Amino acid sequence: MYQTTYHRPSSVTEAASLLASAEDVKLLAGGQTLIPTMKQRLAAPANLIDLGKIAELKGITVSGGTVTIGAGTTHAEVNTSADVKAAIPALAKLAGGIGDPHVRHLGTIGGSVANNDPAADYPSAVLGLGATVVTTKREIPADDFFAGMFTTALDEDEIIVRFVFPVPEKAAYAKFANPASRYAMAGVFVAVTGGTVRVAVTGAGSDGVFRWADAEAALAGTMTPAALDGLTADASAMLSDIHGDAAYRANLVKVMAKRAVAALG
Amino acid sequence: MATISLTVNGKAVSATVEDRTLLVQYLRETLGLTGTHVGCDTSQCGACVVHVDGKAVKACTMLAAQADGTTVLTIEGLATGDQLHPVQAAFREHHGLQCGFCTPGMIMAAVDMINRHGGPLDEATIRHELEGNICRCTGYHNIVKAIEAASAEMAGLRQAAE
Ligand SMILES: Cc1cc2nc3c(=O)[nH]c(=O)nc-3n(C[C@H](O)[C@H](O)[C@H](O)COP(=O)(O)OP(=O)(O)OC[C@H]3O[C@@H](n4cnc5c(N)ncnc54)[C@H](O)[C@@H]3O)c2cc1C
Ligand code: FES
Ligand code: FES
Repeated sequence: MYQTTYHRPSSVTEAASLLASAEDVKLLAGGQTLIPTMKQRLAAPANLIDLGKIAELKGITVSGGTVTIGAGTTHAEVNTSADVKAAIPALAKLAGGIGDPHVRHLGTIGGSVANNDPAADYPSAVLGLGATVVTTKREIPADDFFAGMFTTALDEDEIIVRFVFPVPEKAAYAKFANPASRYAMAGVFVAVTGGTVRVAVTGAGSDGVFRWADAEAALAGTMTPAALDGLTADASAMLSDIHGDAAYRANLVKVMAKRAVAALG
Repeated sequence: MATISLTVNGKAVSATVEDRTLLVQYLRETLGLTGTHVGCDTSQCGACVVHVDGKAVKACTMLAAQADGTTVLTIEGLATGDQLHPVQAAFREHHGLQCGFCTPGMIMAAVDMINRHGGPLDEATIRHELEGNICRCTGYHNIVKAIEAASAEMAGLRQAAE
């Protein structure tokens, strides 16, 4: 790892002003993506701003049909939260399937969503549930947030503060994990919220997380796995790599979508 | 440079380290606690697992500066004097190691999973919980057996104490 200068603000305001004033700077949350990347010298920020000790970024609250999760809340905290389990069990389950216990103890929802890895789990829940991303500057609807692989609507000097998830009538997530890394080879989040069906796919798309419109239309008619039988996910829009080619991933998307629908109950 | 103060295996320690120093480097190179191993460059093997404020983390994927103010437990701090921790004793009893390289991380991960779940653990839970720890020797079978036995013993000890 190259030299870097570590900063530890104690409030979001302090973090935001450091971020605006420092040159060549990166935010550090759980470090479960950024530190491995720095160790491989794929990233070498001159300044690191550690969000880990900022209390206002942590915690989960449920009220008035929404679940609000601070950006600094760890995967383990979301997985074991009684509130999340009661309101959106699919989200608690998704968090418990990320990486391994040690990664879940440090990795955060904010870091995962800001990074927008095409194989990450959380982006599918944020998009599938139609959550709102609240930042230091504005509120961004999920549909406007994800902008292709590793790219989001965030400005360089913008910090995610929290996520507001509407509580769905039903939701389920099905993931086919890469057996070595546990990242999604295909993960499908299906939710019915306020009568509207959303199907968000991660792990497979060559442009990162996306909504599968054909599946949403088919499931709006009948919410059964069989409703997807006639559909084919578009292989030309899928990732192709050593873990699986585009046709394989397109098939996985359909199989995971059917499993998620079956799990809706 | 960062000045850090933390508690490691019950002892207060302070140091000035480079900002880029990883927790595992600080433990091994500054404190000489070489029981915590480094098995990979990719945060995947779990040989470096220690507990920070009671939670298992990968010491190769955390800066020493991030551990400022925390309480760290490494494999060296697990036994009480000459008396092995029940998980250490179970690894010996059930032959849960061959070369031993992964063992410190396995044991720290096992103690963490037993603490979190309480009660005796079944095989499926143990295998799922071990997803972040790689062993190139044993085929995992005896590691799982050791953790199963230790979790039952520790649940019994807890019950006896109540
Ligand atoms: C072995 C291993 C297995 C993994 N398996 C999975 C898996 O199965 N599924 C999965 O989804 N992920 C997986 N991950 C990634 C993990 O979920 C990370 O926790 C996550 O990608 C990043 O979160 P973090 O808090 O660690 O962020 P960091 O690594 O600290 O930061 C990641 C990026 O987000 C930015 N950032 C962080 N917080 C904010 C914020 N509040 N506002 C704006 N930008 C911010 C940082 O600047 C950085 O660019 C795995 C990681 C490892 C090491
Ligand atoms: S050395 Fe830390 S995970 Fe491999
Ligand atoms: S005993 Fe050799 S790596 Fe596990």
